[in-house]
Amino acid sequence: MTAADPKGVVDVRHLAVGYDGREILHDISLSTQPGEVVAILGANGSGKSTLIRTILGLVPAARGEIDLFGTAQRTFRDWARVGYVPQRLGAGSGVPATVGEVVASGRLARRGIFRPSGTADKAAVVAALQDVGLLDRIGDPVSTLSGGQQQRTLIARALAGHPDLLVLDEPTAGVDAASQEAFAAALGRFAAGGGTILLVAHELGPLRPLIDRAVVVHEGRIAYEGAPPEPAGHHADPDHDHVHPHAALEKAGICEWAPTDRMTNRMTAN
Amino acid sequence: MIRALIGALVIGLAAPALGIYLVQRRLSLIGDGIGHVALTGVGVGLLLHHSPVISAVIVSAIGAVGIELIRQRGRTSGDLALALLFYGGIAGGVVLVGLSDDSSNANLMQYLFGSLITTSPQDVVVIAVLGVAVLTAMTVFRPALFAVCNDEEYAKVSGLPVRTLNLLMAVTTAVTVTIAMRTVGLLLVSALMVVPVAAAQQVTRGFRSTMALGMVIGLGAAGAGVAVSAEIDTAPGATTVILALAVFVAIALGSGVVRALRRRAHHPREVEPPDVVLQG
Repeated sequence: MTAADPKGVVDVRHLAVGYDGREILHDISLSTQPGEVVAILGANGSGKSTLIRTILGLVPAARGEIDLFGTAQRTFRDWARVGYVPQRLGAGSGVPATVGEVVASGRLARRGIFRPSGTADKAAVVAALQDVGLLDRIGDPVSTLSGGQQQRTLIARALAGHPDLLVLDEPTAGVDAASQEAFAAALGRFAAGGGTILLVAHELGPLRPLIDRAVVVHEGRIAYEGAPPEPAGHHADPDHDHVHPHAALEKAGICEWAPTDRMTNRMTAN
Repeated sequence: MIRALIGALVIGLAAPALGIYLVQRRLSLIGDGIGHVALTGVGVGLLLHHSPVISAVIVSAIGAVGIELIRQRGRTSGDLALALLFYGGIAGGVVLVGLSDDSSNANLMQYLFGSLITTSPQDVVVIAVLGVAVLTAMTVFRPALFAVCNDEEYAKVSGLPVRTLNLLMAVTTAVTVTIAMRTVGLLLVSALMVVPVAAAQQVTRGFRSTMALGMVIGLGAAGAGVAVSAEIDTAPGATTVILALAVFVAIALGSGVVRALRRRAHHPREVEPPDVVLQG
């Protein structure tokens, strides 16, 4: 993070977003400071993923303003400073691709599309894979990796571009415990190096100690902002088997983050 | 014969180099659709007494860009829009060719199934120039095109010119379809884009190696297709496609056997323990 940033890394003011005439986010204002780790929490359908997708420009905003590193998002061009970690590997599969090839995509923002991959690019790919503990799989097809390892490949791809801001969409959803730990360690090193992190999560799990501030989105509005809510009940147990037989019927909200045992079983699976 | 061979080899290399991106995007049949649209271009060329190859490039490029714009919108009716475009293309082509002075069936067949033997020196020059252009674009922009086809949203967030790259790919597909029209014909173009890639990806681990092996298979099938067809007097386009499919089947069988042998080597005569052991 450069000290020259006059404002926050991400500044969202009075943002509203809608699909097909239905408004999903209403009047969201949010700011992250350099070096801060912010978790956006919320139930399914609360609009938390839509919020970061709008910040990244993948979903158009209906109203409001978004600034990235002090520049209006619409005119922002320095995308190499942003590392995006989607929820899962893109749909494009059919053709095999190695872990190294996927991670090398993360260098394109830095070097542009005309310059061929150089030694610096290769070194960055190796370093990023080492960071997430997958260097030994560099030549393996990504399709042979477990879900957690694929997720670590995606964070390596983002880290390979040496971003100042990491944006992660549900990074630990459906990820095995070993991968979650490796994931948390890599994010911890990124944050310790002064990087800013904005992540959407359903459960914080091993990421909890990293979080400086939590923002809970409920029904398209920010319902809570402050210290990350304490884990409650057996859901906090890493070995807890998260089963939700009535997930679709439950209308979960901010309560799921409150530390009462009675409420914890209202958490919805993702 | 030499001209036919040069044309075939260029297509054999260029078609899989482009086709790999289409396969990765699960758009394996798009080449077929654009082939239908290209026929209208052929009809326009014959009607206006201009080179059918050039008018086919123009019309199919317009069609390909149209398809890409429909795809970007992501409307559910996209599939239907594609169907309308494809059938409009082939019907328009047949009608326009029929209206032209040279409306013989043989003429139509020449474009639908390829006719290497009647390839003129100018045709070879056009095929070579456009083929090299396609090859260059597909190899130079491989990392960027891979990123876009692998994860379009990530490519957008990386600040890549996703729309431009998509249009480049659409136009390149149209160009490849049109130059391959002389070799394998509009109805078999897609096969040369897809089959070598499908054959290669059974044994490769990465994208780059799949692309390289796909191009080798494409080149081999095209070269052998011309030679075999001259020997046994068959249509070169169809022969090339049959040979590429034979390579696909051979690799599928071969890799299946290797996998089975390897598994046996790893687990020699392993018998699964019974779930229940009855005592006494």
